[in-house]
Amino acid sequence: MSERQILKGCVALAEGAIAAGYRFYFGYPITPQNDIPEYLSARLPQVGGVFIQAESEVASINMLLGAAAAGARAMTSSSGPGISLMQEGLSYMAGSELPGLVVNITRIGPGLGGIAASQGDYRQATRGGGHGDYHLIVLAPNSVQEMYDLTIKAFYLADKYRNPAMILADAILGQMKEPIFLNPPPLVLPEKPWALTGARGKKAQLIKSLYLADGEMEQHNWHLYEKYRRLEREEVLVETDLQEKMDVLLVSFGSCSRMVQSALDLARSRGIRVGFLRPISLYPFPQQAVREVSREVGKVLVVEMNTGQMWDDVRLSLYPGCRARLLARPGGGIPAPGQILAEIENLVKAGDGIDESVHQA
Amino acid sequence: MALTKVFTRPDSLRDINFHFCPGCHHGTAHRLICEAIDYYGIRERTIGIPGVGCGVFLYNYFDLDVCEAPHGRAPAVATGFKRVLPQNIIFTYQGDGDLGSIGMSEVIHTANRGENITVFFINNSVYGMTGGQMAPTTLLGQRTTTTPYGRDFRTEGYPIRMAEMLAPLEGVAFAARVSLHTPTQVKKARKAVLRALDIQIKNMGFSFVEFLCACPTNWGLSPRQCIEKIDGEMLQSFPLGTYKNRQDS
Amino acid sequence: MNRIEIRDESCKGCQYCLIFCPRELLQIDKSRINVLGYNPARFVDNPEKPCLGCALCAEICPDALIEVYRKKKGAVKANVRTPNT
Ligand SMILES: Cc1ncc(C[n+]2csc(CCOP(=O)(O)OP(=O)(O)O)c2C)c(N)n1
Ligand code: SF4
Ligand code: SF4
Ligand code: SF4
Ligand SMILES: [Mg+2]
Repeated sequence: MSERQILKGCVALAEGAIAAGYRFYFGYPITPQNDIPEYLSARLPQVGGVFIQAESEVASINMLLGAAAAGARAMTSSSGPGISLMQEGLSYMAGSELPGLVVNITRIGPGLGGIAASQGDYRQATRGGGHGDYHLIVLAPNSVQEMYDLTIKAFYLADKYRNPAMILADAILGQMKEPIFLNPPPLVLPEKPWALTGARGKKAQLIKSLYLADGEMEQHNWHLYEKYRRLEREEVLVETDLQEKMDVLLVSFGSCSRMVQSALDLARSRGIRVGFLRPISLYPFPQQAVREVSREVGKVLVVEMNTGQMWDDVRLSLYPGCRARLLARPGGGIPAPGQILAEIENLVKAGDGIDESVHQA
Repeated sequence: MALTKVFTRPDSLRDINFHFCPGCHHGTAHRLICEAIDYYGIRERTIGIPGVGCGVFLYNYFDLDVCEAPHGRAPAVATGFKRVLPQNIIFTYQGDGDLGSIGMSEVIHTANRGENITVFFINNSVYGMTGGQMAPTTLLGQRTTTTPYGRDFRTEGYPIRMAEMLAPLEGVAFAARVSLHTPTQVKKARKAVLRALDIQIKNMGFSFVEFLCACPTNWGLSPRQCIEKIDGEMLQSFPLGTYKNRQDS
Repeated sequence: MNRIEIRDESCKGCQYCLIFCPRELLQIDKSRINVLGYNPARFVDNPEKPCLGCALCAEICPDALIEVYRKKKGAVKANVRTPNT
């Protein structure tokens, strides 16, 4: 049963969450993600769900923590400054191994910054963001369809790994309308024997992140480490569009990757052999794919709406000796396909060898 | 003659020594809450959420499901729980640093939403766990490790009275301040704890019990001197009483 | 006779029970140090002024270490109750 509809990105995301069986939303207003709470405040009561406008993002994330510990699929959404306020709670959730979904419809920072689209939160999202040795599972959609599909996927991964997940989108994806298919997969909610529902007929249980005994914390961190390695082995999501004997490989994620795809079409129409690689899971990052493809291509152009954040992950993954460049737009603007094309042509002309230069778009 | 046991540890309180210092009233508060849980027979549907402070190890002592919360955020965590599990009994257990300082926003808004949970508040006028720094409840003139000359209202403001502050909120059904420094006061405290949980069981809204407690270690006093301090100075700044008790409908 | 039992191995010697016993039947046992390293409280009944079974000592013990036994007739209100659910 699949229905074709024209939906806004934020609404598609909210519907994806409902399709994933989630019934609890906690959030605080901030532009450009207000469409999510506004929509859900009307929609959740229709499906027997709970909507709470929390007093702050600090409260939102901790309500999420409580709902998750009680075994529910729950979510919060915010943008830059609000996501920063949630970092302590996210660290506790990771430490306590609680699943849950946080949506970041990013805006430009640092500080109050601006409300235009940006990819400046890549580092915060993929490195953990809060204190301690942990990661979020981070998925980055680039279409309204993926706002829906990846939200469902994120809930699934969060539960599977007992770790908080994040959808990293931006103002463009949130506001954009596109036709999409609402294709809800069969809803299978996992058993959560660890969840707290009262010690009825079973031993009392505990959810915590505090480990004070000798060696306990070390052991706990190794346990988390194993979980992240398993994610890296088994859950990488990447889209590629490759050719034989490519001149240049383009790497880009999220809304920005749509411009890169337009540039790719332009380049190919001019006979340049261009490949395209889009990380969909930003954590786990598709290191292996970047390494293998860059080995074939030799020249890599990274395009990002920040001053070079995924750039770091790409450089860590490149096959040694590749020539890589970054085309960066950190100001809220989107790199135009023409600019990207010009950069592709430059890179094609440039010689081989190491060049990790950064170019302002 | 046959003897009847008339006083013992409540079943919900595990048979483990408290880590608390001698004379610390955290233990008394633990016992009273467990007694009330046993009294209502709700152990199997109760979930406790300690804040961060000397009470954080509540999970070692309470034989029920327990979830840790970040410092000050227990009422938000409790809200998440209660909305998912409205049939369960959810309580937080927070110190005065946890609730009255870093977590002020969460407790006020949880109370104002009339969230049907119970908050137990340990007012010992210092940050116990971190070594006796000034708390929002520190008495005027009281020396702490961060008010070495005594708390001065001109620079540190005044002790915050949480029970009085929360009681007027519409969402609050019960707010009381009790003390644990004499047996008579402990008996009164027991009644307040029972009523607070009763309110939650009856779905009447937010309930709040503030306990005046000694922290002998950080007050630098013997337990005996602590009783005197509570009886004198502390009661003056923090009058005991029931500030709100919504009638059953 | 009414009597109390103290789990003295867990006693921290805070003396609260001493202070509030109306019959002054509790004392600190200076001759002994328990596993926690404290001189524990000790119950010494006084035939002249025997234990009342009033449970004030148990009520004030912050570590919940005291059990109180009373002659059945007219047992005082204390904390042992039947659950009502
Ligand atoms: C965000 C954060 N800041 C600071 C701390 C350190 N900290 C731990 S307990 C505590 C204060 C505890 O005092 P209180 O809430 O009064 O509890 P008590 O120990 O007195 O019972 C502080 C500041 C922390 N754990 N987290
Ligand atoms: S430091 Fe104070 S509050 Fe903490 S256990 Fe010791 S006496 Fe109690
Ligand atoms: S029961 Fe009463 S009289 Fe007996 S020891 Fe305890 S306080 Fe003293
Ligand atoms: S009140 Fe309890 S801990 Fe304190 S001395 Fe008496 S028995 Fe020991
Ligand atoms: Mg305190």
